[in-house]
Amino acid sequence: MRSSVNETLAGNGRHEDWTPLLELAAREVFEVMLGCQLAVSATEEEVRLDTTSMVGLAGQLCGLLSLRCDGKSAALMASKMLGVEPDKVGPEMSDALGEVSNMVAGNFKNKISGLSEGCVLSVPTVITGTDYRLHSQADSLGVEVRLLFEGMPIIISLQIRS
Amino acid sequence: MNSIRALIVDDSSVMRKIVDRSLRQAGIDLSQVLEAGNGAEALAVLKESRVDLILCDINMPVMDGLEFIKHLSSVENAKGVPVVMITTEGSESHVVQALACGARGYVRKPFTPDQVKEHVVPILGGES
Repeated sequence: MRSSVNETLAGNGRHEDWTPLLELAAREVFEVMLGCQLAVSATEEEVRLDTTSMVGLAGQLCGLLSLRCDGKSAALMASKMLGVEPDKVGPEMSDALGEVSNMVAGNFKNKISGLSEGCVLSVPTVITGTDYRLHSQADSLGVEVRLLFEGMPIIISLQIRS
Repeated sequence: MNSIRALIVDDSSVMRKIVDRSLRQAGIDLSQVLEAGNGAEALAVLKESRVDLILCDINMPVMDGLEFIKHLSSVENAKGVPVVMITTEGSESHVVQALACGARGYVRKPFTPDQVKEHVVPILGGES
């Protein structure tokens, strides 16, 4: 499954077309690196997710990819990546979540024709807590997928500066 | 295949552990694994230690992976040591650039132990 960045950003395509690519990118990362299948989340209800990892995109596509989950999910992701029990994870939780978001962002851009070459990723930043507002330069275009990781909600968003 | 010493270069300690585990799952016998968080740290490690294989990320702070392999020829211990890039950067230009700089292999994240085996074992003189 591939799409063209030029068509989409020129308005010939729709950024909503990228939703399945973003979902596929996330599914592949979780399956290969964490050994688990993500499920589709049926609910659109707001959930309180207190752990956020963000990766910036610059170049042909400018924006921000964020992965939000709760602390329990983040610890479970890290435990699966490290092969240890969730309560043994410790400070590597943020590192693990950052790597997951980095791989989702990289895998996503590799699925879009022309984007792999012309877009670079920042190193990830992880924030814990909910009392913050995000003011990125990204505007108007946005893609969001809501998934379940071991039954727990995760939200992956891509905000694009058009 | 003999037991080898490997240097894993990645700014993520989690990813360094995953690469270590993947090498072992791929059946590679590791006698010693050294780690570095970026290219500059890796060069410092190599000034003190000799390794048989280097696995290196591209996007890292301080000194990235491509810059690191450009500097390798200046380190006596690193001469002739094969480098395999393991990175989220999957573009053809990155692959070409890495190979032009001297990398011998290129593995895209996310990766399975089998993919690591496929790229690393032939470089070490075994059958993947």
